[in-house]
Amino acid sequence: MAKTKNTYTVTTRSESCKGCGLCIEYCKSGKLAFSKKLNKMGYFYAEPVQDKECTGCMSCTLVCPDLVIEVYDG
Amino acid sequence: MNLKNKWPEYYKKDVISHYCPGCGHGIAHRLVSEVLEDLDIGGKAVLVNPAGCAVLAYLYFDFDVLESAHGRGTAMATGIKRANPDLFVISYQGDGDLAAIGTAETIHSANRGENITVIFINNAVYGMTGGQMAPTTLLGQKTTTSVAGRNPAFEGYPLHITDLLATLPGVVYAERTALDGPAGIVKTKKAITNAFQSQIDGLGYSIIEILSPCPTNWKKSPVDSFKWIKEEMTKEFPVGVLTDKRKKYKEEKIAV
Repeated sequence: MAKTKNTYTVTTRSESCKGCGLCIEYCKSGKLAFSKKLNKMGYFYAEPVQDKECTGCMSCTLVCPDLVIEVYDG
Repeated sequence: MNLKNKWPEYYKKDVISHYCPGCGHGIAHRLVSEVLEDLDIGGKAVLVNPAGCAVLAYLYFDFDVLESAHGRGTAMATGIKRANPDLFVISYQGDGDLAAIGTAETIHSANRGENITVIFINNAVYGMTGGQMAPTTLLGQKTTTSVAGRNPAFEGYPLHITDLLATLPGVVYAERTALDGPAGIVKTKKAITNAFQSQIDGLGYSIIEILSPCPTNWKKSPVDSFKWIKEEMTKEFPVGVLTDKRKKYKEEKIAV
């Protein structure tokens, strides 16, 4: 039986994101991108891209200075 | 749906830090909180704040935090540790705090071999006051007080304070790491774990120098700041273990 591929769900706390772009730079699969809208602090926050797949490498959560990104298993 | 990255237990929830976008302090705070949780010592941990950008760190850490006078973090940590040796004492300092105004306290507390851990954030400028030249500023680096770039004939050479401390017998563990990408951050966490463990074992002074980005004062984007650390800063300040006397001290039982 072939091993089933793990899937991951990424969410971001848009109101505490300062738009530094580090997660976007270090995401290998292009799952994260800047939003079109501003948050309350006036930054273009990071948000997950719908049609890209997360590989679960957790690089984004390592580089994020503000603990914005949440990665769910499943 | 399991959350893979749990919020660190000793980091306050739902607080938006005052740090600039891309600041290394946020990462360093998170790593300290995570290691305290991993080693299960957050309940008896005391952190001494510096003067500098991290002066408001008590708003983010969910354990005891005390504020010290500018540069006197290790002196205060010495007092806390000697008065109550059961506590786990961390001194969190920047380069302006540890390597400029507090040099005497830093060197003497290291020489006494106090059983404390110092987290030294090196960003090569005075961050809070607006990017003036610090002792750790690189040669040729432009700051608001060295506008043509740091010239050794006029402003001297960058101070390698951790290399200096590593030569002292009281310093049991000294390592320099860089926040220059996911790999550097994992290594930094490992280094902090080693330093905290050597304090738990009662071996003496441990210091972790973290090369940390300051995008605002370097006038670079956060991504370019990470690259600048990797390409320029690690040339002047090579990363790696500077001294590791843990095994030797454990065998000789020089424990404080």
